[in-house]
Amino acid sequence: MQGMKKLGVGAFALFLSLSARADFTWNFPEPVTPMALDTLHVHNKFMLITAVIFVAVLAIMIYSIVTHRHSKGYKPVADKAPSTAVEIFWTLIPFAILLLIDFVIMGIPAYHSVVMMEDTRDQSTMVIKITGSQWRWQYEYLDGDAKGIKFVSNLATSNDQMHNEADKGEHYLLEVDNPLVLPVGEKVRILMTASDVLHNWWVPQFGSSRVAVPGFIRETWVQVEKAGVYRGQCKELCGKGHGYMPVVVNAVSKEEFAQWANKKQDEQKAANDVKEMTKDELVAQGKVVYEKNCAVCHQVTGAGLPPAFPALTGSKIATGPIFGADGKYQKDSHLDRVLNGKGVMPAWKATLNDTEIAAVITYERNALGNTAAVDALVQPAQVKAARE
Amino acid sequence: MSTTTVAHHDEHHDDHPTGIMRWLTTTNHKDIGTMYLTFSLVMFLVGGSMILGIRAELFKPGLQLMNPEFFNQLIGVHALIMIFAALMPAATGFANWMLPLQIGAPDMALPRLNNWGFWILPPSAILLTLPFTLALFGVGDGALATGWTFYPPLSVQGGIGVDFAIFAVHLLGISSVLGSINIIVTIYNMRAPGMTLMKMPMFAWGWLITAFLLIATIPVLAGAVTMLLTDRHFGTHFFDAAGGGDPIMFQHLFWFFGHPEVYILLLPVWGFIPQILQTFSRKPMYGYKAQVYSLWSIGALAVVVWAHHFFTAGMPVPALLYFMYSTMAISLPLAVLFYCWIRTMWKGSMSFETPMLFTVGWIILFGIGGLTGLVLADVAADAQYHNSYFVVAHFHYTLFAGGIMGIMAGVYYWLPKMTGHMYNEKLGKTHFWLTAISFNVTFIPQFFVGLAGMPRRIPDYALQFAEFNMISTVGAFVLGLSQLLFVYIILSCVKGGKKATDNVWEGAQGLEWTLPSPPPYHSFTEQPVVK
Amino acid sequence: MALEQAQVAANKKLALKLVWIIAGALLFAFALVPLYDVICSVTGLNGKTNNTAESASKAVVDLKREVTVQFVSSVMPGLGWNFYPKQSSVVVHPGQVTTVMFEAKNITSEEVAGQAIPSVTPGKASAHLKKIECFCFVRQTLKPGEVKALPLRFFVSADLPKDVQEMTLSYSFFPASQ
Repeated sequence: MQGMKKLGVGAFALFLSLSARADFTWNFPEPVTPMALDTLHVHNKFMLITAVIFVAVLAIMIYSIVTHRHSKGYKPVADKAPSTAVEIFWTLIPFAILLLIDFVIMGIPAYHSVVMMEDTRDQSTMVIKITGSQWRWQYEYLDGDAKGIKFVSNLATSNDQMHNEADKGEHYLLEVDNPLVLPVGEKVRILMTASDVLHNWWVPQFGSSRVAVPGFIRETWVQVEKAGVYRGQCKELCGKGHGYMPVVVNAVSKEEFAQWANKKQDEQKAANDVKEMTKDELVAQGKVVYEKNCAVCHQVTGAGLPPAFPALTGSKIATGPIFGADGKYQKDSHLDRVLNGKGVMPAWKATLNDTEIAAVITYERNALGNTAAVDALVQPAQVKAARE
Repeated sequence: MSTTTVAHHDEHHDDHPTGIMRWLTTTNHKDIGTMYLTFSLVMFLVGGSMILGIRAELFKPGLQLMNPEFFNQLIGVHALIMIFAALMPAATGFANWMLPLQIGAPDMALPRLNNWGFWILPPSAILLTLPFTLALFGVGDGALATGWTFYPPLSVQGGIGVDFAIFAVHLLGISSVLGSINIIVTIYNMRAPGMTLMKMPMFAWGWLITAFLLIATIPVLAGAVTMLLTDRHFGTHFFDAAGGGDPIMFQHLFWFFGHPEVYILLLPVWGFIPQILQTFSRKPMYGYKAQVYSLWSIGALAVVVWAHHFFTAGMPVPALLYFMYSTMAISLPLAVLFYCWIRTMWKGSMSFETPMLFTVGWIILFGIGGLTGLVLADVAADAQYHNSYFVVAHFHYTLFAGGIMGIMAGVYYWLPKMTGHMYNEKLGKTHFWLTAISFNVTFIPQFFVGLAGMPRRIPDYALQFAEFNMISTVGAFVLGLSQLLFVYIILSCVKGGKKATDNVWEGAQGLEWTLPSPPPYHSFTEQPVVK
Repeated sequence: MALEQAQVAANKKLALKLVWIIAGALLFAFALVPLYDVICSVTGLNGKTNNTAESASKAVVDLKREVTVQFVSSVMPGLGWNFYPKQSSVVVHPGQVTTVMFEAKNITSEEVAGQAIPSVTPGKASAHLKKIECFCFVRQTLKPGEVKALPLRFFVSADLPKDVQEMTLSYSFFPASQ
């Protein structure tokens, strides 16, 4: 018994020592949207109320445990059921307290929070479409300065870090190659959908969370009040990469946002002007694209994870012909699969540009242990033609 | 099952077969109860070792022991085993052992059905875990990896593990439905003369409501997973948007079963906890009627609050508000129950043998589970709690503390009656303190890590969650190893120990304590009369 | 100890009654599927819209109010099409019948059929988006390289809740199951 108590005290001391560290919180992280602020208030209030109830009831129990003991010779009373008016009154008290908490003290603020969350009255200044797919987020700006910008956001943490072969960076598992950029102070409507299974786009500091459902559209909204980088994760189990699809949002001033949007639009335009590339150039760029987007399923070596994710090494698709006699790509050819996807394989035409697709296909056909006899090289121009 | 065979079979019980055949063919309620409890204990250890694998992986950031696929399989199978193969059979085991004794019946009403109900369980447990073994031999890609909730489209995409789990759930469902029929019939038809419904022991009430919830909701689960099976293999589109279906509909169907399931796991415990309290407080339980009505209201509310499990899936505002307020309303009857439990202790003459320690610990820890549940009902805050470790901690306070620790209280309470020996009190108390403390060390950090933003069901996590996870893992291992002590205490109590008296506990009340310890193979040759 | 014959018969009778409850619950589970669709179409629970043509004569125009209807498109994996709305949004009066165009192109070398699945957000608006003519009512088949203009004629019913000023109509094109 004594040892047990020591253990408990030890654990408690450990807890206290932890609180000295600054990089984690004991409560919700600092809210940066009106919704998150509201959520934090509701949460704090509710937690306080439940803590008071808990402590009060525990105190009564402890008093009773200490006092009404057989070993102290305490004689039991024989009350069986509330019979007198006083007893009935006492029985109704817990009921009444909770009635008050449920439907007044907490019920009323909760009502307002729900209405706020589902607020559709104001016209938003910007609309973004977020598509969850295994295991990355796709972002598309539907209007405003950034209209037409779309990109994929992949986990940027290296495999070495995950397998403990390299030191873990500060934002281990919470870093991406292309963060979502949002202007501070603007109400942004977020449309949510998915291309394969359920996902849930969640940034704790935004206080909003909504499931992305394939084939359906859902919405929520954020209005970030403070510039900064905010990190979150997918929080609906979506397969083996569920822990590896972080959300990173970079909230910047309106001016910076406009600059970023201009730059991004120019980049996207530039990517449309395709040029002839050598095999080495294609393979080199393809390796980067492959390891960012494809390796999570097909593995860095191309061995895949059969049966769910087939190997690319020696695969018929990755070595067989792509183009038919008419110069068009054939069904179930390598290009078809990368462009249009099938089943678990995503359709990349919406998210990778012509050069990237040409590069990754060329890489897959000439590396990973493959040497394709036909159509070994795919040029960006061919991908561009195939798209149209 | 014809009437004659039942009668015939029962007449020959005096020279029942021995060895393995005794257990395979038995229709004796105590034998079957023992088998349920043994099965439950074994599966508790199996499910527990799975979660220790997970906690070991989560001890520090990075992938140490397993790949994410295997991690996902372990979490889902852990949950299914703990719910369907550990907690539910334990409650059914107690029902088999104690209900006939408590209501003065010679046996369960449908003994043959009772035997079938049990023997469906082991094959279904094997079905559930077989894909792990198959994967070792290169067949399929392992067990169910969708979490225990089977959400499509992930479960439509999944491998053979999903099919095995679906069949296992079908069988487990049939088993518990058969058990429920038996319990309802026993309670309605087999009570001792004079025992009206409102004179029944509270355990019988808890189980009666549980059994009704089971037969009303298990078929809905069976239907939902059957639709999933046809979506997977026969081209239907119940949950596929492409064919006009909706994946979210599965969540409605699943939680229509899944929320009552929580009360299915807890109501039997709420039944015997007041009995333990009155025994060790040496004072009759307070507010019997209030408790019965509260149990009924909770049973009724259980089937109308399901959508609070997926507020973030998107719902119209009126639906959000309805599910929020109806969920909060569950706290009203629960408050009455807590009041009655504590009032039973109040001004009693309490002694703290192991069952009482577990019961008091149970009230406190289940209280935390209940209060955090109330907080979770708040739609706005739920956007943060949902699928975070806060929820994981919450439901372990309700299902480990509220479920399993309650069952442990029951085990210590009735073990002397069942075996005829006293267990080792000192070890029992040690087991309680180890369990209670390590449980809190495991799950309190999970509340905080959830608030800080760690989602559940992830095999690896960001560095800011590392310290809490480390503490949680240490707690989990102490908690897991403490249960070996539990097994040892039970085994040594079965083997021998101080003889137990008929009454066992000074303040014990109820018909089961009027029989010798252990009770004869056929209890109540003369049916008792209750005045 | 043997149970009395009468007791056994009574037990069996009650057990059979309980089996009926179970059968009822099982039936209920499958009845929930159509029931869910009904609830969704009434409350807009999942954002689905009508999949048969609405009559234009039901449109009552409310000139005092304007609603922005935005269009979003997705092409699901396995369908080798380009598909997008020709206009990203329109501003309409409730009740005003409007035609908008979408365009689909088959970029594969084979004939392919696709099925468009509509979805509206916010959910409470979904029942108020009435389609008179829609390419989503039937599956669409495109020859290799074929470009097809896909019209949608719709109106927003005048009883659209007052607080909805902006709604989004999304089409996800799935490969049609054979």
